[in-house]
Amino acid sequence: MPHPFKARIEIMLKPGVLDPQGEAVRHALATLGFAGIDKVRQGKLVEIDMEAGNAEEAAARAREMCEKLLANTVIEDYRIEIAER
Amino acid sequence: MKAAVIVFPGSNCDRDLADALREVAGAEPVMVWHKDATLPEGTDLVAIPGGFSFGDYLRCGAIAARSPVARAIVDFAKRGGPVLGICNGFQVLTETGLLPGALIRNAGLKFVCRDVPLRVETGESPFLAGYAPGAEVTIPVAHHDGNYIADPDTLARLEGEGRIAFRYLDNPNGSLADIAGILSENRRVLGMMPHPERAAFPHQGNEDGAPLFRALAEQLAGV
Repeated sequence: MPHPFKARIEIMLKPGVLDPQGEAVRHALATLGFAGIDKVRQGKLVEIDMEAGNAEEAAARAREMCEKLLANTVIEDYRIEIAER
Repeated sequence: MKAAVIVFPGSNCDRDLADALREVAGAEPVMVWHKDATLPEGTDLVAIPGGFSFGDYLRCGAIAARSPVARAIVDFAKRGGPVLGICNGFQVLTETGLLPGALIRNAGLKFVCRDVPLRVETGESPFLAGYAPGAEVTIPVAHHDGNYIADPDTLARLEGEGRIAFRYLDNPNGSLADIAGILSENRRVLGMMPHPERAAFPHQGNEDGAPLFRALAEQLAGV
């Protein structure tokens, strides 16, 4: 019996990869007077509502989606959270 | 010579590329829609144009690289077929894995649209035989995500195997090792950010891109 799950997938540039967008956000925050900011990294959040037999199966499918499309593993890391919905 | 010009929703250099292939390379260009799962019978060359395929959603070239025609392009390349990817086409080629590395947001964050001086680093490719190695040429770029990146092993392999096709003389986007274009291992897949089809005719005021197309006429003649 399939259950409804929500996968929250966080995709971030790998630590060594320059993130010019995060850098621009950091500058803008400094302009607004926010002090003490060392670093800003900007990523993506993808939410997928799906049906799966159990949480493990939902996670496995989300992982496959990341490897095949959602993340470019040359430059990005991803993290998956599965919740029932 | 039959050249398949791949068209995605958001491609915008497809007709310029077809013109250069027809007029300068003497090829018969055939426009191929991304939903086609096969290339036209007798395709000798695949050309992936610049533009903003699928609105650059997710990552530049990511959706295009998973379209039905992309599988046919990968098969064609694996059989030794020549593939040219320009600008968004280069991004598509890295996303398919036919070329290593990735193209990320320009280091300066701005869209860069201007003529850039380049050095041709090798003549060993059907696309580059028309240039003297070391030749300096000027070809326009127009991109927001042309900042080439690869891990140190990949870069060492590209350098060691002489697979860097073009290097910027005045790096406009932060690309690793000033890389503007690279070749596949068999040297028959070329990805490049600059637009040779915008520098291929006298009326464009610059013909530095024309030797690339003329070389194709000679290199692929009779195939």
